[in-house]
Amino acid sequence: MNAKDDFRLECRAWLEQNCPESQRQPVVAAEQYWGGSKGEFASDDARVWFERMRDHGWTAPEWPVEYGGGGLDPQQAKILKQEMQAIGARPPVYGLGLWMLGPALLEYGNEEQKQRHIGAIVRGESRWCQGYSEPGSGSDLASLQCGAEDKGDHFLVNGSKIWTTAADRCDWVFCLLRTDTSAPKHQGISFVLIEMDSPGVSTSPIALISGESEFCQTFFDNVVVPKENLIGGLNEGWTVAKALLKHERKLMSEMVTNPPRSLMPPADLARAYCELSDDGAIVDSRVRSQLVDYEMDLQAVALTQFRIFEENRAGTPGQTPLVMKYAGTELEKRKSELALAILGHHGLGWDEESFSETELATTRAWAMSKAMTIAGGTSEVQLNLIAKNVLGLPADYHGR
Amino acid sequence: MALVLNEEQRFLRDTARDFLAVNAPVNALRALRDNRDETGFSLPLWQQMAELGWPAIALPEEYGGLDFGFLGLGVVFEETGRTLTASPLLASSVLGASLINAGGTDEQKSNLLPELAAGELTLALALEESHHHDPAATMMSAQRDGEHLILEGKKVIVMDGHSANLLAVVTRTSGQRGDQAGLTIVLVSPNAHGVTRRRTSLMDSRNYAEIEFDQVRVSTTACLGETDQGWEILEAALDRARLALAAEMYGGALECFDRTLEYLKEREQFGVKIGSFQALQHRIAHLHTELELNRSVLLQALSVVDENPQQLPMMASMAKARMNELYLLMTDEAVQMHGGIGVTDELDIGLFLKRARVAVQLFGDTGYHQRRFATLSGF
Ligand SMILES: Cc1cc2nc3c(=O)[nH]c(=O)nc-3n(C[C@H](O)[C@H](O)[C@H](O)COP(=O)(O)OP(=O)(O)OC[C@H]3O[C@@H](n4cnc5c(N)ncnc54)[C@H](O)[C@@H]3O)c2cc1C
Repeated sequence: MNAKDDFRLECRAWLEQNCPESQRQPVVAAEQYWGGSKGEFASDDARVWFERMRDHGWTAPEWPVEYGGGGLDPQQAKILKQEMQAIGARPPVYGLGLWMLGPALLEYGNEEQKQRHIGAIVRGESRWCQGYSEPGSGSDLASLQCGAEDKGDHFLVNGSKIWTTAADRCDWVFCLLRTDTSAPKHQGISFVLIEMDSPGVSTSPIALISGESEFCQTFFDNVVVPKENLIGGLNEGWTVAKALLKHERKLMSEMVTNPPRSLMPPADLARAYCELSDDGAIVDSRVRSQLVDYEMDLQAVALTQFRIFEENRAGTPGQTPLVMKYAGTELEKRKSELALAILGHHGLGWDEESFSETELATTRAWAMSKAMTIAGGTSEVQLNLIAKNVLGLPADYHGR
Repeated sequence: MALVLNEEQRFLRDTARDFLAVNAPVNALRALRDNRDETGFSLPLWQQMAELGWPAIALPEEYGGLDFGFLGLGVVFEETGRTLTASPLLASSVLGASLINAGGTDEQKSNLLPELAAGELTLALALEESHHHDPAATMMSAQRDGEHLILEGKKVIVMDGHSANLLAVVTRTSGQRGDQAGLTIVLVSPNAHGVTRRRTSLMDSRNYAEIEFDQVRVSTTACLGETDQGWEILEAALDRARLALAAEMYGGALECFDRTLEYLKEREQFGVKIGSFQALQHRIAHLHTELELNRSVLLQALSVVDENPQQLPMMASMAKARMNELYLLMTDEAVQMHGGIGVTDELDIGLFLKRARVAVQLFGDTGYHQRRFATLSGF
């Protein structure tokens, strides 16, 4: 037995002992714990599970122990993930702090900032949202206008952000703000943390096609922000933003290979909802062929994720990650459409009792899948980046 | 061939467009949805549509119709597709009336068609029993008991079944699941003893009922056509409904296209209109090409109903299969090219996106019509 196997056994034993039975069941949106001052546990078990994982450092397995993380190396973190998947353990806590801000802070934050924020994220005490997009600045993010004026010991922030997911339920927002209006657009942006309960911050929800109001427009009206909330250098926010986007896009690319267990994979849906011949083949040849396309593409994406992981471990990272957001989210969209087609009449319900939970979850996921090729940089923007940054093609004459 | 609308048809289209823009814009559907309206459509609007003669367009003059032809009806459906107008026009005036017209006795026709043509009576077809459209799989039973039939079973996704005054129920009176022979269509009052209707609202915010029949007793004179011989009547009516729906879907796709094209000319990023990016230009140009090709298919399919009925089954399958794929593609692209605002409920595109998914499943998805087309083509 090598160290790897030892660690696997250790994980397995610990999870077996510490993960309550109820936390091994598929999680529905209403039962997810997002932390923060407004976060609530759906059950005592959910709280117990979260607290045990937190105390073990496993809410953020790869982060340094000194900030409350688990201190695992990538290989160990992967083993932990696999072992959690094997028993169907729910993630103990969700959030942009864990997925996006934390990794960027570890890279660009100063010691004080890390002490203050990383621990709070690991302990689920703060919930974060992302304040990047503005009504006039989406794909052209660097044209953003929401401004932070230097007032000596503080910034004065004015403007608005849009599509801020869950802003009304968060404690903090990490923002890109214009701090120099005369510099070229990428060079006048700073990365700033703002407390949502600061005077002058307000939100108004925007309903989505999936029926949920996940979005907000977030307004800043003469908001005073202490200078210590600046991450990275003044006017160097774009560098931090790019690093953070990398984490966001990786996460989004993994949705298709790591779907919530409340959703049935298309092949299982097909077995349940399509007519099968005596030997178990799906009779509808069109669905059968689309299913094969999907399954093969899924393997291709999963194998590429694995290859990226191995290349990183071998110390020879390449540019493959740059294609994954596009590949993963487009496949997710195709999968959701296929799932709906397989469900037929049963995939058309909205808030009706005559549809099962799985059916309704599939329909909602279908609606959300349309957003995944837009959020975090649209598919078109991803393709532009591949063309320019990977393939070295000249920039579009106005693609600056 | 009528690949070009004549003057009267163009006039009808313009009238319909103007009428709907004022009386039933997309916001009207939104209001029905948000108010969780009981009927699921506006009765006053339906009465106005009836005054305009829409339910009568394709029905024979001798039974109160206008004999204006099916293409004319298609023109109206295209317009209702652009505004997502909810009304019994499809379920009752096309599907219901075509059933009576195709299978009714003279007496049934003179009793029912004039009222259907006037929009006073609404009829719904209770056909589906499972996940996917599959008429030959019908298993609902109708047991003979002297001069009566006893109906037992459950129907789902009965379009406008919740509000209709009369139900046409497809039952199996002989043969096996999958057989075309052995189906019998029975007219049943929704108030008959043993009938329970439950409204289900689907993602397109329109009305579909689940209807249970628990030992429902009806006279054999309530049959539409001969016992066991319902298939051809059903197909004749379904093909007309498929075409009317295809016209609606085309209209919906066209509306999404127009709105998206407008947005490409208006939204700016990187200091220019997003429509100046070739990546988007090619996509919208492709969608335009699809619209051009599908318009020909639609017009031809609508005209064979009156001009060349033996081609109807094949053309109906071709039109439905193609409009299915057109509407799916168009709504997806419309959302994507709108960016973040495309997935908000505030933008109407989302309502089209959802209507498209329901319309695709109604009366046969693409796979169903591809198989039917292949069989009819002999391969
Ligand atoms: C579910 C969801 C959650 C989100 N959450 C957040 C959040 O928490 N915080 C936040 O700040 N933002 C968030 N966003 C916003 C997201 O980042 C933007 O929507 C996205 O970057 C696109 O910007 P836009 O909406 O302004 O679209 P636009 O940029 O206006 O794009 C419109 C269309 O033009 C295309 N286009 C634009 N430029 C080019 C080009 N150069 N070449 C070719 N095509 C082009 C786009 O691809 C798109 O199809 C979220 C979005 C979604 C959908």
